[in-house]
Amino acid sequence: MSAYRRRLRVGATGLTVAALLLTATACGGTTRENSGNESGGGSQASGAANPDAPIKEGLKIAFLPKQVNNPYFTVSDNGGKTAVTEIKGEFKEVGPSEASASSQVSYINTLSQQGMDVIVTSANDPNAICGALNQAKAAGAKIVTFDSDTKPECRQIFVNQVTAEGIAENQVKLISEQIGGEGEIAILSATANATNQNAWIELMKEELKKPEYSKIKLVTVAYGNDEDQKSFQETQGLLQSYPNLKGIISPTTVGVAAAARYLSGSQYKGKVKLTGLGTPNQMREYVKDGTVDAFALWNPADLGYLAAYAGAALASGQITGAEGEKFTAGKLGEYTVGKDGVVVLGPPTVFDKNNIDQFDF
Amino acid sequence: MAHDSLYAAPPVGAEAEPPGAGGERGAGRLAGLRGALGSWDAAVVAALVVATLLASATVQNFATGRNVQFLLLDLVPLALLALPMTLIVITGEIDLSVASTVGLCSTLMGQMWLSSGLSLELICVLVVLLGAVLGAFNGVFVTGFGLPSLAVTIGTLALYRGLSFVVLGDQAVADFPGDWTAAAVRSIPGTSIPVAVVPVLLLALVFGVVLHATPAGRALYAMGNNDQAATFAGVSVARTKFWLFVASGAVCGLVGVFWTLRYASARGDNATGLELTVVTAVLLGGVSIFGGRGGLIGVVAGVLLLGVLRNALQLADVDANALTIVTGALLIASVVLPNAVADVRGRLHRRRQRATPVAR
Amino acid sequence: MSVTAGAPERVDGHPPTGPDPRRRGLAERLLAVRELSLLLALAALVLVTTLRNERFLSGQSVKDLLLGCAILVILAVGQTLVIVTRNVDLSVGSILGLVAFATGSLFLAAPGTPWPVALLLGVALGALCGVVNGGLIAVAKVPALVITLGTLYAFRGVDYYWASGRQINAADMPRSFLRLGNQTVLGVPVLFLVALVVVAVVGYYLRAYRSGRELYAIGSEPAAARLSGIPVGRRVFAVFVANGALAGLAGVLYAARFGTLDAAAGTGLELQVVAAAVVGGVAIFGGSGSAYGAALGAVLLTTIGSSLAVLRIDPFWQQAVVGALILAAIGLDRLLAVRMAARLRGRSAHGA
Repeated sequence: MSAYRRRLRVGATGLTVAALLLTATACGGTTRENSGNESGGGSQASGAANPDAPIKEGLKIAFLPKQVNNPYFTVSDNGGKTAVTEIKGEFKEVGPSEASASSQVSYINTLSQQGMDVIVTSANDPNAICGALNQAKAAGAKIVTFDSDTKPECRQIFVNQVTAEGIAENQVKLISEQIGGEGEIAILSATANATNQNAWIELMKEELKKPEYSKIKLVTVAYGNDEDQKSFQETQGLLQSYPNLKGIISPTTVGVAAAARYLSGSQYKGKVKLTGLGTPNQMREYVKDGTVDAFALWNPADLGYLAAYAGAALASGQITGAEGEKFTAGKLGEYTVGKDGVVVLGPPTVFDKNNIDQFDF
Repeated sequence: MAHDSLYAAPPVGAEAEPPGAGGERGAGRLAGLRGALGSWDAAVVAALVVATLLASATVQNFATGRNVQFLLLDLVPLALLALPMTLIVITGEIDLSVASTVGLCSTLMGQMWLSSGLSLELICVLVVLLGAVLGAFNGVFVTGFGLPSLAVTIGTLALYRGLSFVVLGDQAVADFPGDWTAAAVRSIPGTSIPVAVVPVLLLALVFGVVLHATPAGRALYAMGNNDQAATFAGVSVARTKFWLFVASGAVCGLVGVFWTLRYASARGDNATGLELTVVTAVLLGGVSIFGGRGGLIGVVAGVLLLGVLRNALQLADVDANALTIVTGALLIASVVLPNAVADVRGRLHRRRQRATPVAR
Repeated sequence: MSVTAGAPERVDGHPPTGPDPRRRGLAERLLAVRELSLLLALAALVLVTTLRNERFLSGQSVKDLLLGCAILVILAVGQTLVIVTRNVDLSVGSILGLVAFATGSLFLAAPGTPWPVALLLGVALGALCGVVNGGLIAVAKVPALVITLGTLYAFRGVDYYWASGRQINAADMPRSFLRLGNQTVLGVPVLFLVALVVVAVVGYYLRAYRSGRELYAIGSEPAAARLSGIPVGRRVFAVFVANGALAGLAGVLYAARFGTLDAAAGTGLELQVVAAAVVGGVAIFGGSGSAYGAALGAVLLTTIGSSLAVLRIDPFWQQAVVGALILAAIGLDRLLAVRMAARLRGRSAHGA
């Protein structure tokens, strides 16, 4: 029988070698240096915009969040639904149950197959869904991203929740007020490579160089990976590593809630200040029990609302995604398309014990 | 003691077979199962045909060239991984680490592309080899140390996924050359069938021929039925299983390359959770989780059936959460049903046997 | 060393291994060695971390550790019951998530519900999930792994479906219930005390009760167990129900501790649970292991997580460490088993 085995192995080896040779000789060698990455020119602004075009009725607008089981996206998508109802369109929300780029691709394909007029999505990966979005665009759909962008050439409009500068200013101001303008602070971020957070942190460091913040020292940046337990443990690690810590900034909803929960059950409650970006529902408990004085966030419902209007404006020909175009987003008023097709929602809202009960998201 | 009985729930109920050599796979039962096997293969193919026809008739936009392209592209990784998995499960083992291996291969590919300066052709070859090494690691633990493959590959499921996050963090490498990423999704000119389907068919042919038309393939069934018997018959069980795990790893490497290029993105979380779908497809295709039974035609039909169902349900706007439930339920049904069928058959058979002497 | 305080006392009750009295002496010694080596590993880990940062052993930090490991300890002990019978339950993370969300929904629907009622209902729901697992396994006669892999997705799917993107927050749950998650008695978190009770009860049951010992017999040799008149099917079914109930308990405690609940609670936890049990000396082959060992394994895993944070090591390593530990533990078990077999053979040859 060992002859069969040998034959099996010889066969397998032969096949492997053949496959290897085939692949290796297929091209003359593509390296990172000579590959000259696809220079996808921003082709988003095609055709001419007609600012006076009315919003079409019956537009099919689909929301594809990062995942359907994320409360944050449930709120934004409901904002989108409100907008779509206002303009008498057809609203639909679909998405994967886990935040993965590959399943988003399959949903984009499905939506494009179903002939959607607008796909509003938040990208799990700026590149992975690009191909599918471009195909959908070629099939006639308008693409709007919100919350998390793709590469600019894969969509027409990106609705940004806030400018990075706005976040940085707001967060540093909040923590400075809370710790009395001096002392050690730390940042509890999402993951070490989170693009949004890293941009904000860089700008916070710039902000801290201003003279009014000269007595505040940023000692470290910790990463809770946007996982509750990890963020909890990292908060714990921070307080152990830096006994003189006066305050923590956590510019991620998962991180700030975990840090608040840790502080509220620890000896540091009220002594170590915490601020960041969180949702009122998550933070209500900790604002009321005195763990947290104030924190900030944009309104995710408004974000979805604005994204839906931007999509409708695109599909109606009011805008094309070129810089300087203007459109009206229902109750939110008029918005202007910025550079690279970015529309900014506005400055973040600050929540404290006086206003937190007015919000439910 | 044969490892394939690990985690097997002992047969419950009054009509338990007499214990002894062979356990519940008694000779009479085996014949009954073999009868059921043919019908299971046919049943899966029939289910596939029915599902496809039904979807074409009732689901809008299902039976279009573009949709066929999307459907097939989505199925390539699943189909590739199901091939070696079929052989492994037939020998009574399992490899739960496949999705994590794909993830690790993908991030390694990204890291090499990012920092090694090697050509992409070479990197692709290296990634396939690395996949084979990762598979060999499984193989050593299973055959060298005699550990149950289930426990080992749960360990490497966690290990490889963890390492893939160590390699790239949650960063993504995405600047692969556009002509390569375009090639991964290109269709055969004039059709809506993706080019990537061709290597899948070729590999399926190779695995099919090895499994069904060579003595080595038949030996795999012997191993699944009884490790010791196969050893007595002169087949080196350990060595064959080792090479199967290597083959599985190499195919994972290949899938890693495809995945990375298709989504133009090497990330630590690529292909997370895919192992469940692979196992589901294999079991749905009529391969017995105890080993020793099943074939590639059934598995290919199982893969296609899963793909058609998911695609059609998605097009029909069925909730993603319902899809999760459907996958889980299909997995359970595909293991519960054959047993229930065999049970009923066995009972009928016994009743007939019992009836015959009385009549005489 | 207050982290491990109390653990040595728990070890001294020698865990049973199998019905074969001749094997017991040696096997027990081996297991005791395993628990001892776990304690040593834990001590070394704490020592190294403390050397780098003395606050690791402060009262607050120890409290955090105990709080952090409680839920994993309960799940690992439940999993021990299952693994000992040569089965496995991969659906525990999903059961936990489902029960946690159910508990939150209960308080949302009926805000006045006293927490003991919520606790009981949660345990009952967990047990119901266990009934589904156990029932399917009994009907299908296929490896528990496959069934529970299926129910892992099915239970999670039900959870997702039910939650449909909603989140339940701390403010929605009564204070008295949330306090359960953070309160301490004499500096020890209530959650950890609950876990200790579970460990003690299950540990005692496995050692002292006839049906408990039969579980080991089933795991060592199902056919022999059946021959000797043990109702194998019923025992295995009961074990899955018990494990489901414990996962339900863990789910309620999870709700109390974390306060913020969505449908993803406990995703991927099953790997850590299996790792904790296996690292704790519960042989994946069935037939040996103790609840105490599994609990120690859970404590060790949690401590590793905290240490990585304190030592400022890239958290991405954590999952890789879990995987490596599983492999190391089953490899070690195999080695010990081979050694033991060799020694037994030597001894019986001597006797003959």
